[in-house]
Amino acid sequence: MTGTYLGMPAFPDAAREAVRDEVLRANLRHATHTIRDKRARAVAELEDWDRLRAAGKAVKDHTLAHLDRYLLQLEAAVTAAGGTVHWAADADEANRIVTELVRATGEREVVKVKSMATQEIGLNEALEAAGIAAYETDLAELIVQLGHDRPSHILVPAIHRNRGEIRDIFAAEMGDWGRPAPEGLGDDPRELAEAARLHLREKFLRAKVAVSGANFMVAETGTLVVFESEGNGRMCLTLPETLISVVGIEKVIPTFRDLEIFLQTLPRSSTAERMNPYTTMWTGTADGDGPSVFHLVLLDNGRTDTLADEVGRQALRCIRCSACLNVCPVYERAGGHAYGSVYPGPIGAILSPQLRGTGSEIDATLPYASTLCGACYEVCPVAIDIPEVLVHLRERVVQGGPVTREGIRVRIRPADGHTAERAAMRAARLLLDRPDALRAGERLLARARRLRPRRLPGPGRAWTDSRELPELPERSFRDWWAAREKAAREKGARP
Amino acid sequence: MRVALFVTCVNDALYPRTGIAVVRLLERLGVTVDFPDAQSCCGQPQYNTGYRREAEPLVRRTAEAFAGYEYVVTPSGSCAAMVRSHYPRIGRAAESEGRGPALAALAEDLAPRVYELTEFLVDVLGVTDVGAYFPHTVTYHPSCHGLRGLGLGDRPRRLLAAVRGLELRELPGAEECCGFGGTFAVKNPDVSAAMGTDKTAHALSTGAEVLCGADNSCLAHLDGILRRQGAPLRALHLAEILAATEEEPLV
Ligand code: SF4
Repeated sequence: MTGTYLGMPAFPDAAREAVRDEVLRANLRHATHTIRDKRARAVAELEDWDRLRAAGKAVKDHTLAHLDRYLLQLEAAVTAAGGTVHWAADADEANRIVTELVRATGEREVVKVKSMATQEIGLNEALEAAGIAAYETDLAELIVQLGHDRPSHILVPAIHRNRGEIRDIFAAEMGDWGRPAPEGLGDDPRELAEAARLHLREKFLRAKVAVSGANFMVAETGTLVVFESEGNGRMCLTLPETLISVVGIEKVIPTFRDLEIFLQTLPRSSTAERMNPYTTMWTGTADGDGPSVFHLVLLDNGRTDTLADEVGRQALRCIRCSACLNVCPVYERAGGHAYGSVYPGPIGAILSPQLRGTGSEIDATLPYASTLCGACYEVCPVAIDIPEVLVHLRERVVQGGPVTREGIRVRIRPADGHTAERAAMRAARLLLDRPDALRAGERLLARARRLRPRRLPGPGRAWTDSRELPELPERSFRDWWAAREKAAREKGARP
Repeated sequence: MRVALFVTCVNDALYPRTGIAVVRLLERLGVTVDFPDAQSCCGQPQYNTGYRREAEPLVRRTAEAFAGYEYVVTPSGSCAAMVRSHYPRIGRAAESEGRGPALAALAEDLAPRVYELTEFLVDVLGVTDVGAYFPHTVTYHPSCHGLRGLGLGDRPRRLLAAVRGLELRELPGAEECCGFGGTFAVKNPDVSAAMGTDKTAHALSTGAEVLCGADNSCLAHLDGILRRQGAPLRALHLAEILAATEEEPLV
């Protein structure tokens, strides 16, 4: 993946900062709780939700199982419709392809409609290095871009910002990028939206090249589909002369009809709407209608490696609805930035360590950024068993094992820093596997009960920093039971 | 009816009162309770932290300890979920990797026989009024593994509602995780403590005297926070409330 987030601290350290930021926590709490309640109501309206969920899972699983076939079918359909398909194995290749395509048009600026794939590969930075300015047009993306910030949510990248902060960003930064914010801008949402609209409209009308992502690609027809709320995407997808779509290979679905499932499940899961306000579809090019040049860049960047993993591959079913973020109690406290990737929250915790590998500190700690409470699995519209994948990746972190990297099956070594933990787990297992030793241990513990410290050293400190230790009992259940049995036998009550 | 008590390692070593309460409760309901001494830990801490192979011998030990019992009852939703959802998976993985002969069969045989306490009371014994008496205000926290892992639904609340003298107060945000999460509490201490503090604040807002749960590990975390705060609320396992009667009140 990209270097954008390299050097991120481990998740627990990044989260510590966020937990202490009262404003951030209040913003996150308010936003996630509002949307999660609305989602629950929108989903409850559908009697066949469980079946839709199962159908979405089945379509995605089927497509992933035959991904090679559907991608070739897609390529043929896009080409037949007048588009050009490019294959990018990794971020560098994708960035190079897009940069060259933009250069060939002679333009120095592009408008962008929210695309996670281009953020994943750091396209904006690559374009900037080539002297090309990329303007985000999604309102929340605009806020993030103007604020020299990073997105912290899939759907609401500026979820961590409140109105006052947004007003300040607009007032300070818009002028550097184009039309400045109006004098005396207030923090009323309507006023803020209007300022953004005026700022962006200029860009839409001027831009000759647009870069987009897509929510789905239909193999049968070569159609790309974007779901959005603001209509900015539609402007990007219709006004410019050249359209370049960068899309992860897992976004393909077999037939147009399959869309029916996701048209119901995606908006309800993400914005809690029955239908998203704008669904834009484009199939190649058409004379006198929309962009006259269309390029599709199919991005792998770790996806086929992920596909090779039997347990982990289900992460590729993800339709980026963000429902799992909104219900996640860890995300709610830690915020999106702590996940060190464009994919935050529960899905980020399983996707990033698969796309990037578990080599870096942040990627080795992400699988542990969960209590395994299961709320994410429960809301996921394509039934990704996120807790199962988390545990699977934890195993990879502490025990190493076989993985596929760049198409080659390799054995990775355990991540550093787990030696003491591994020893403790082994010791515990040995003790627990011998009830007589366990009993002896429990008796020792009981005898030492008055010595119970208030603060523990080592990893235990993390517990006693904010919690008391449990009072130690006089004797274990095991001993109580043995004494009771003995007494009963003496009374002849038990054989 | 004869059942095996699966007391779990946390209950055994730290909360023996829970196990004792289960024995008293079940015996009062006419059930004969056995405690197979060969049992120890279900292997959940190892498995959830990524040490699946370290959990394998414990899977075998647990399955063997409870062989032959039609009902295995445990006062822990997370240990029940561990056996029911993960044992078969661990067994199959061990065998496919050339270890643990017959572990999958052993695990699959045990899984459907393990019952969390409230499931056993409501589904198998068919009782919701267990004849308990507990004249206090109580709020109930449904732990995640019971709630989502086992789908306990309103069984615990129905049992509590039938206790004489008990006034049940709704816990705001009840279905949110308390932040314990096994080794999560140590690996991500700040987030864990923030979640636990929010949970105890909700519990305190009910004005109840007792915060009840059905998993001693979540309760250890919440009780630890409450005691550090010196809060006027104590955490108590559901089994202890259900075991209390007018003649034998909770001490
Ligand atoms: S993992 Fe599921 S819930 Fe989370 S963003 Fe993806 S589809 Fe949505």
